[in-house]
Amino acid sequence: MPPSQNVDFTQVTLSNVSRSYGRRRALSQVNVVLSAGEIIGLLGPNGAGKSTLLGLLSTLAEPSGGQVFYGDLSASQGGAALRAQIGFLSHDLQLYPELTARENLEFFGGLYGLDRVPERATEALARANLSVRADDGVDGFSRGMRQRLALERTLLHAPRLVLLDEPFTGLDEASCTALVSRLTQLRAAGCIVVLATHDLDLVDPLLDRAVFLRLGRLGELGSAGPLRARYRAALAESPPPRGARGQADAARSAPTEPAP
Amino acid sequence: MRRFFQVSWLVVRKDLRVESRNKEMLLTTLFFAVSCVLVFSFGFVRGGEALAGSASGVLWITIAFSGTLALGRAFERERHHDALRGLLLAPAERPAIYVGKLLGVLLLLAFVEALVVIMVAFLFRAPLFQHGWWLLTLLGLGTVGFASVGTLFSAMLLRTRSRAVLLPVLLYPVTIPVLIMGVSGTFALVQPEPDLALARLWASMLCFFDVVFLTLALWTFEPVMTE
Amino acid sequence: MNKRAFPVLMGLSLVFFAVAPVLIVRAPYEQEMGLIQKIFYFHFASWMAMYLAILVLGIASALFLFRRKPAADRLAVAAAEAAVVFGLMGLITGPLWAVKSWGVWWTWDARTTMAMILELILVAYLILRAYGGPGSDRLAAGLGMFAMANLPFLYVSTEIWRTIHPPTSVVPTLPVDFGLPLWWSVAGFVVLCLALLTARVRLEEQRATLDRLYLALEEE
Repeated sequence: MPPSQNVDFTQVTLSNVSRSYGRRRALSQVNVVLSAGEIIGLLGPNGAGKSTLLGLLSTLAEPSGGQVFYGDLSASQGGAALRAQIGFLSHDLQLYPELTARENLEFFGGLYGLDRVPERATEALARANLSVRADDGVDGFSRGMRQRLALERTLLHAPRLVLLDEPFTGLDEASCTALVSRLTQLRAAGCIVVLATHDLDLVDPLLDRAVFLRLGRLGELGSAGPLRARYRAALAESPPPRGARGQADAARSAPTEPAP
Repeated sequence: MRRFFQVSWLVVRKDLRVESRNKEMLLTTLFFAVSCVLVFSFGFVRGGEALAGSASGVLWITIAFSGTLALGRAFERERHHDALRGLLLAPAERPAIYVGKLLGVLLLLAFVEALVVIMVAFLFRAPLFQHGWWLLTLLGLGTVGFASVGTLFSAMLLRTRSRAVLLPVLLYPVTIPVLIMGVSGTFALVQPEPDLALARLWASMLCFFDVVFLTLALWTFEPVMTE
Repeated sequence: MNKRAFPVLMGLSLVFFAVAPVLIVRAPYEQEMGLIQKIFYFHFASWMAMYLAILVLGIASALFLFRRKPAADRLAVAAAEAAVVFGLMGLITGPLWAVKSWGVWWTWDARTTMAMILELILVAYLILRAYGGPGSDRLAAGLGMFAMANLPFLYVSTEIWRTIHPPTSVVPTLPVDFGLPLWWSVAGFVVLCLALLTARVRLEEQRATLDRLYLALEEE
């Protein structure tokens, strides 16, 4: 797809974005501006709505209220030209286990209409440190190897908006370091990186900003002190929702401590 | 337009490659179709003589049953690692992805039908090859009608909880006309005095349904797949 | 939806239904079919109401799918339920007629088959909405459009296929003595259908309001 429309990715704006399923609200009145060259940490307990928010940002899901703007464009106006600029690594890795690592990359490269697909795939495999296993089926890969491959698949088309859901899952120490430096490169290239994660200590030096989701509501985490302390404070601070229903819901999605 | 078919071709080639590795869908569907025909032949063949007119019904019901099985599996592959999201995120026209999946299903069903036709001709002593080209036309048109709706429904049901149950529940009512036309057309061919004019009438009706179903499916695929 | 629409429409349909028996009784007695012929006034009318409901279902589904109008979705549910009810009436009154006219309760003739298929699609629509879980409204809208696509086939089924069901083209040629009570009944059923639609849409609207209130309460 030739980028006939130049989508402006200096800012992505969420204004009053809500998403509800019947009487269950996943996101409520989220307002936030994401700017180019930022790595934004999306923190919060399980079930707080992090994945829902990433789904909305990726244009795969539509908000039930409010709007997401990419520059001046909304998701429906942007269409395919907009999708060409978005890379989304969800918790499930969006890989075909029956195909080899190279075939996976080449398939998605073709779908994105990229040029030099084989060369790009070779480079990506080298970056994922999987050159040796390039022609092995993905079903034989460990979680960490898959995670690395999936990350390279996500970044294959050089997206300007990078959405990563728990990208550190299953990575060994060396791979974690590699990922951190990869993210720094993306920031230098002027991408917007949104990172949903629980690995607070790991990402603390990396993040430009951290936002905190709880029970579908989004707030900024301040910038003073270590991230873990701020996160704990935010967890403790959030006012418990009022009303019997609210309490029941709060009990169901009891805040869980992130793994150290 | 070139890009459209390029994307469809990529999806087909990917499915063929996966299938050539594990052959899961082909083998399970073929086996199911064979057992289906056998079960029907226990029911409808007495002392080597098939019940009059049963062959055309058995042929199409077997296709419908094994087609449903295949359709369910076809998208399970995309669901497994959330690969469907990867497909939908690609900056390709989404109907192209639908067409790719549809072609894959059609190819698989072509294999299944070849086997089923031979088995029915043999077990039910039906003169299916007497007007082979007409049979091929009816099978082709009927399968396109069935699979075009089936591929759309199977894709859209991926997000629902009880998709395994809901697929046949939705698919059969909508595709009954196609099955009726297929059965009636085939019956016209295999009766003692084949009625080609009637077969042509059913084939043209099938054509009509195919056009309507395909248009609707291509038109609704994009909005239906948005969460 | 206007609050007053339902009482007005319901009152109007009551008027139609109160007068209909008088007109039907005074219509000429058909020699061949006898009393059974009177069923026709209900049979045809309920199918007309079903056609209307399916048309509404199809258009509302398309609006919801392509324009994302939540109100269209509420109308679509209402129309689907109404169509099931009127279709059921048609399917029950049909065999009563058939057993006298054709000597069998049911026959797989083109039109009865298409009618049965449409009824099945509508029931499948309701099943999908009931058990599909979140997001099934959009999927149901897709199915609703397929239901509407069958309407033209249902209409022409008696014209194209050799069939024993009387073709629709018979109706406009009926003599006035038969025609007036028939169209009166059709009007009655159509108005009743509209009344049911408004009531059902109001119910859905109130459900939506309730959902909104629940959400607002949790916002607190």
